[in-house]
Formats: sequence, C-alpha cells, structure tokens
Amino acid sequence: MMPSAVGMLVGLVLAPLLLGVVNRVKAVFAGRRGQPLLQPYRDIGRLLRKGAVYSPTTTWVFRAGPVVGVAAGVVGLALLPLGGCRALVVFSGDFMLLIYLLGTARFFVVLAALDTGSAFEGMGASREVAFSALAEPALLLAMAALVRATGMRSLSDAMGKVWSDVWLPSMPVAVLVAAALAVVLLAENARIPFDDPNTHLELTMIHEVMVLDHSGPDFGLVLYGSALKGWIFAGLLAGVLVPLRTGSPWLNAGAAVVGIFAVAVGVGVVESSMARLRLVRVPQLLVGAGVMAALAVLLVR
Amino acid sequence: MILLLTGLGVLLATGLVALPWRDGLRAGRVAAAGSVLGCGLVTVPAVRALVGWDTPALDLPWPVPLGSFSLGIDALSGFFVLVVALLGALAAVYGVGYLAHAAGHRRLGVPWCLYNLLLACMLVVVTARDGVLFLVAWEVMSLASFFLVTFEDEREEVREAGWTYLLATHLGTAFLLALFLVLAQGGSLRFDTFRELPSPLASVAFLLAVVGFGTKAGFWPLHVWLPEAHPAAPSHVSAVMSGVMLKTGIYGLLRVLTVLGPPPRWWGWLLVGIGVTSGLLGVLSALAQRDLKRILAYSSVENIGLVALGAGLGVLGLAFDLPVMAALGFAGALLHVLNHAVFKGLLFLGAGAVLHATGTRDIERLGGLLRRVPSTAHAFLVGSAAISGLPPFNGFVSELLILLAALAGVSERAGGVAVPATIAVAALGLVGGLAAACFARAFGVVFLGVPRQGLDREPAEATPAGMRLAMATLAGLCVAIGLGSSYLVPRLVPAVGELTGLTREELLTVLGWDVGRILLAVGLVGAAFGLVALLLARLRARMLRMREVGSSPTWDCGYAAPTARMQYTASSFARPIVELFSLVLHTRIDEVRPVGMLPSGARLQTRAPDVAEAHGFRPAFVAVARLSERLHVLQQGRVQVYVLYIALALLVLLVWQLGLGR
Repeated sequence: MMPSAVGMLVGLVLAPLLLGVVNRVKAVFAGRRGQPLLQPYRDIGRLLRKGAVYSPTTTWVFRAGPVVGVAAGVVGLALLPLGGCRALVVFSGDFMLLIYLLGTARFFVVLAALDTGSAFEGMGASREVAFSALAEPALLLAMAALVRATGMRSLSDAMGKVWSDVWLPSMPVAVLVAAALAVVLLAENARIPFDDPNTHLELTMIHEVMVLDHSGPDFGLVLYGSALKGWIFAGLLAGVLVPLRTGSPWLNAGAAVVGIFAVAVGVGVVESSMARLRLVRVPQLLVGAGVMAALAVLLVR
Repeated sequence: MILLLTGLGVLLATGLVALPWRDGLRAGRVAAAGSVLGCGLVTVPAVRALVGWDTPALDLPWPVPLGSFSLGIDALSGFFVLVVALLGALAAVYGVGYLAHAAGHRRLGVPWCLYNLLLACMLVVVTARDGVLFLVAWEVMSLASFFLVTFEDEREEVREAGWTYLLATHLGTAFLLALFLVLAQGGSLRFDTFRELPSPLASVAFLLAVVGFGTKAGFWPLHVWLPEAHPAAPSHVSAVMSGVMLKTGIYGLLRVLTVLGPPPRWWGWLLVGIGVTSGLLGVLSALAQRDLKRILAYSSVENIGLVALGAGLGVLGLAFDLPVMAALGFAGALLHVLNHAVFKGLLFLGAGAVLHATGTRDIERLGGLLRRVPSTAHAFLVGSAAISGLPPFNGFVSELLILLAALAGVSERAGGVAVPATIAVAALGLVGGLAAACFARAFGVVFLGVPRQGLDREPAEATPAGMRLAMATLAGLCVAIGLGSSYLVPRLVPAVGELTGLTREELLTVLGWDVGRILLAVGLVGAAFGLVALLLARLRARMLRMREVGSSPTWDCGYAAPTARMQYTASSFARPIVELFSLVLHTRIDEVRPVGMLPSGARLQTRAPDVAEAHGFRPAFVAVARLSERLHVLQQGRVQVYVLYIALALLVLLVWQLGLGR
C-alpha cells in the first residue's frame, strides 16, 4: 500500500521531468546545450499563473477537455504498477480501465478541438481518432499477450511475473510485446515518427494542432495531462523492459522509475535519429504493432 | 402472472381508447399513460423472476389449432421484460411531446394504438411459452412496427424503407417457421416439450435460429433493412425499435440455445465471427454516414455485434467446459443488451430532439447546437460517451465483462478457444476506438463549433418537458449503471444460470464475488475520476477568477476572418478512417479537383452505399426478378390456356393418387 501510494505520487511529481529529459537528449544529439531539465515545470507554472483567451465559438466542452485529460492521468496513475511494485488499485482487467480512461480523456480533447470550429483543429482531431483507433487493438493485444504469458489478469500481477514467466522462458514474447508497446507509446504521445512536437506548421501536426486555441491555465493543464499520459505509457513499457523483480517493492519501484527515464532517453534518441513518417505510413506502422502483439500472443507456449 | 396480463390489458385497452380519438394530443396522453402504467405493472413479475422467484406458467384456453395461450416468466424472460418496459415507458412519455407538433394535421390515434400494440407484442414475445403464440406475437410486432415506420408515408423514401423492412422481416420469419418445425419433434409446439435434438438436427435448428432471429437482431449482412427502417420511423419509435425490438432477436436466439443442449464448438466460432463482422462493419458504416439517425442505426448493428460476441464467447466457454468464461460471456451479452437499450434509446431521443429543433437530420447542415439546445446536447453527450464504452459510463462495464470473458479464453492452451478469444480482444479494441471516433464526430459536428449554413429556421429549444424528462432519466441511468454495476451484475445470476446451466453457487462465485469486486473497483475509480475532474474544474475556475480573461476569434493560422464554411466537415473528419477501410466500405467519391493557377470550381461528394446491399442483396434480388420473368411464358392471359393448366394439374394429381394406391 505504502510503496504504491508513493509510486503514484512520484508519477504526479516527476511526469513533466520526462519531457525535460527527452528535450535534453535531443539537444545533446544536435550539439546544443538545450533548455534546463526543469523547463517543463517552469512552463506549466507560468501558464497556470496567466489569464486566458477564449474564442467566442467555444463552450464549456472546450474548457472541460484539459481538465478531463489531467483527471484521467491522475486516476490512471492509481492503476499503474511500477514494475514489480503493485498499483494502488488492482483487479482483473484493470488495464482495460486504464486504457479506456485515457480514451475518455482523448474523447474530450477531440471534442474541445471540434468546439473551436477551426479547420486545423478539426483536421488534428480527425487524425487523432483514426490513429488511436488503430493503436487501441495493439495495446489490448499486448496486454493479452502478457495475460497469456503470466496467467495473471491484472496489470500488477502480470507485471510482477514478467521476469520469471516471460523473460526467462520466452524472450521473443517479451521483445514483441515491448516493441508493440513502444510503437503505441510514440503514437499516443505524439512523438516522432508519428507526429512532430516541435513543428510550427499546423497542417503537419496531429496532437499539437488540437490544442492550438488553448491558453493560460488550460494550456498548462494540457501540458501536464500529456506529461502524465507519457508517464503512464513509459511505465507500461518500463515494466516489461526492466525485469528486475526483488522482494522489496521499494527496490522494484526504484528500478522501474529508472527504466521510465531510460524510455524517455530512448524516445529522445528516436526523435533525433528519425524523420517524421508520411501520414499514409502511420497506419501501417500501427497495424504492424498490432500484428507484433498478436504474434506475441500466439508465441506463448 | 396476473400483473403481467393486467399490464398487457392496460396497454391494449388504452391503445384502443386512443384509436378513434380526434384530438391527437389527448390520444397521445391516454396511450402514453397506459404505456407507463402497463410497463410499470409488468416490471413487478419481471423483477420477481429476475431475483429467482418461481412464477407458475399461465395457460389459457385458446381455440387455435396446435397452439396454446401459454405465458411464462423466468429469469431470462424477466430480464428482457424489464428492458422492454423501461424503454417503452420512457419513449412513450417522450412521444407525447414529440408528436404534439403533428397533432394539428394528422390523426395520431392510429400510431399511438400501434405503439401500445408493439409494446404489448414485444412483452408477449419474450414471455410466450408456445411456438404458435410466439410466432403470432412476432408477426403482429413486425406489422405494428411496419405501420409505425411508414408514419410519414407521403414521403417516397419512407415508403421505400417500409417495403424493405416488410420484406426482410418476413424472410426472417420464414426461417423461424422452419425452426419451429424442426424444434417440434414431439409434435407439440409448447416450449416445455422441446427436447434436446440429435446433433445434425440441432445444428440445423441453430443455423435457422441464427438467420431468422439474426434478421430481426440485425446481424451483418442481414441488417440491410435496419439503416433504412429505423431512421424513417418517428424518433421515439426508432428508439424502441433500435433499443428494444432488435433485442427480441437476441432473446429468441438465446432462448433457442437453452433448449438445444450442449453446443458444439463451431457454434461459438460462428457467433464470435458474426460478432466481429457486425461490430466492425457496423461501426465503419456508421462513420461514413451523414444522416444522424442512420449513424445511430448502423451503430446498432455494431452493438448487436458486441452482444453476439459476448454470447459467442459464452457458447465457447460452454463447449470447452470453461464455466468462468461462459458466465462472463453471457453476463456481458445480457448487460450490453440493457446498456444498449439505455444509451441507444437516449441517442435516438436526442436525435429526435435535434430534428424537432432544426428540421433536419443531415449533420453537415448542423453545428453549434450546444448553445441553442443545451439540455438535448448534454443528454446526447452522455449517450455518446456511454456508447463509445468510456468510463465512468455504462457502456464500459459491459465491454469490460466481454473482455474478461475473452481474457479467460486467451489464457487457455487450446487453440480452438484461444484464437477466437484473441480475435475478440483485438476486435473489442478496434471497435471501441472506432465507436469513439464515430460519436466524437456525431456530437462534435452537430453540437459544437459554429452553425453551418443551410438551416431553414433558427433552432430553438422547444423541447417539451416530457421529452426532457425521458432523456434526463436515460442519461442518469447511463451514469448510475456505470458506477453501480457491482450491484446490478450479481442480479443477473439467475438469468445467466438459465443460459449456462451452471449452478447458483458457481455463478455467485464468479459473478457475485469476483466480478462484483472488479465492478466495485470500477465504480470507485469512476467516481474518483469524476471527483478529480470536478475538483480540477473548480480549481481552474478559481485560478481564472482574478485574472484577465479575453475573447478573440478562433486561431486559424493567421487568417483573420474564418467562416462557418471553413469548419471541418463530418465527411472530412471521417475520411482518414474511411480511406483506410475502403477495401470493405466501398465508399464512392465523386470529386472535381481544383486545377490551374486560379481554380474556380471544386466539388467533393462521398457516398457510402451499404456493402451487403450493393454487392449481395441487390444482385440477388435482380437475379430472382429476372428468373421470375421467365415464368411470364406461362401467363398467357387466355382462359383456354388456364383451363388447360387446371386439367393438367388434375391429371397429374390423378396419376399420383393412382400411383400411391398401388
């Protein structure tokens, strides 16, 4: 109980740091000094202290989008185990609730985008729902592979047995699951090769374009919400990639947090070494992730 | 039982009272009051049956050959009676206000009488214990709904839809006649005399049931009548047809499964296959539509697919002797029946309110309605989130149960259950994601943004109190079931027991204890989610209270004068998905691309014809028509020839008779 609550708190506090790490890695690759590691905190803090500007076409739905996003992230953290350290809430099929909570958040962000009546935001919303609909089966199949490999139906129990039941006897399963999760992580968090978080050409973006009209505290919440979402996905991936399972939940959680930051470094490396995919290629990659996850299910003996 | 009969009597009597009434508004009030009272009365025996109290069956003398007027209510019937009564009563309350505007120029007595007749027939269908009575009620139900579909029969497309519906429903009924002939091995059509059939015959009966009941339920590709008929009916009737009447098909299929004995494996594979196809193609077709009620009708195909998926996993659980999977699958299917009735009813009522306010169902002409009809918009938002399977609403809970059934199968070593279960997991994810896309589109385009051009009048919230009450109740139920499912699902134990043959103790361990705990956690997390969101909203409002809050037009990348026409349209919103799945959707795109340095005209139009209709039924019916034309040779129009036919027929009969005598 105690380590789980602390794990959730760690997620709440450290999530924006992930963005800082990614940016620092990219800066190092580009030979720049880069922004301070804590810049995302400053950004969020500054935005939360500002006023806001709203378009007259918007309604409460526009203002609800960021709020629901953060709420889903906060509650989702309660369902996320940190490696071998169990989550605060554990039950069979809990990963479905986690995935669908993020779905609720996405639903409201998409509605907020449509509420502005802008062609650009509509375009982003349209792409977001299309790609996330393809990412969802990949994610569920990856979870199903873990369930089949470990015989456990809750995220915490399955993650707790990743080392003994998945890594040791059948490494290919773990590799495939991790690969599928990594692809979904990049897609859901709007990173290269799916989406370019740095571009300022609204036409090319997916996620960023949906929040063009948010300002002040709303935009601060958007940033924090997407940081939480990134933490959740990195946590899932790190749980599979860092198979350190000891008797001590503190040690497990610590290893998982290190793993999460390693994932962030990996994201930075990918962003520095790859270009964005053409939009028509994106569905192919996502379907590929689904196929990898399905293969992982079938490979489990 | 007396209460059930009284309820049916009240429904029919008030319907008959309303029939000759000139004043449409009063006729509606009487009939609706009768609906509410009748539906209220039948819930009492339904609830008693649902908690497992035995109610003796009722047999009345009935001068129909072969048949008997035999009604019974067990837990399975009780569950469906509750679903019918719930939505039937609420839709009636809504209908009074909805039809009020037509009261001036239309006789409303007939449709109201038919509405009550429809409800009564659905109640008889799910409680009948005799094949003849079942078929009679089934047929009257289909006819009543046919006349309700053709309510606005002055419009060409409504008549067209009515004929499609009439044809489809009778094709389905033909299979049901054959089904009952197969089932009536003992010579009697009473349900309690049906015995387990030998295996090839049982499979024939199962296939007949899948086709016959599947036509009513709307399994793909038997669904072709559904997107035509449901939008054509008045909205409260659409709600009842989509929300409840389709479920009589599911009820029939489940009832037949209970008498056929232990199912072979391939029944489960077939149902899972039907579930996946209906789910996927239903939601994809829904995404491609621009008529709000057609979107909802196609989404019913999707949801019926999810019900079939749950039932298929349940059958697989039975066939592979996995009681947990069987219990979860059937419980998920039943709960989704209820959930779909609630949110699809709500969405159709909401669509009706939109139609009422704006006079159009074409979503490309709507927009920004949230400001103009807020109560409708909020109800529609709850329904949209619920049907997309998002927590903390009710759709999530039944999808979770179906997923848990699939996970129970995924963990098995046997490929015969693990492979379909894995497919089910992937399908649930994909269908869920696409449904969210579909309803984000429907709600976003209709209610958000700025009004698009092309409305004849200024939309206004004229929504009468009855309409609002019905929608608010259903929206409340979406939340209540989503949060309180841990209380609800254990109540399904007797009904699931009827379907699986598992004992009460076994089921209580699975559904009462294990699933009860899961759903309690889901409810708590859902409540926490709502609470955190509310707190954050308060915090955000407080942060902004002392600061400068400005207003400026939507940022359109430097363009200063955005107009409504520049908004993203529903077609463009759906386009990435429609293109991805163009292989199965066959969307037709007519476009004139802009050319040259100074392009003048450009046009884009997408149409999504129904694949099953365009490539299956239409060619088949054309072929039948062409073959039938050959018979024109016989139809000479001369009396002499016809006399010759008669003489020939007599001769053949004579020869046959003599041949038999030998």
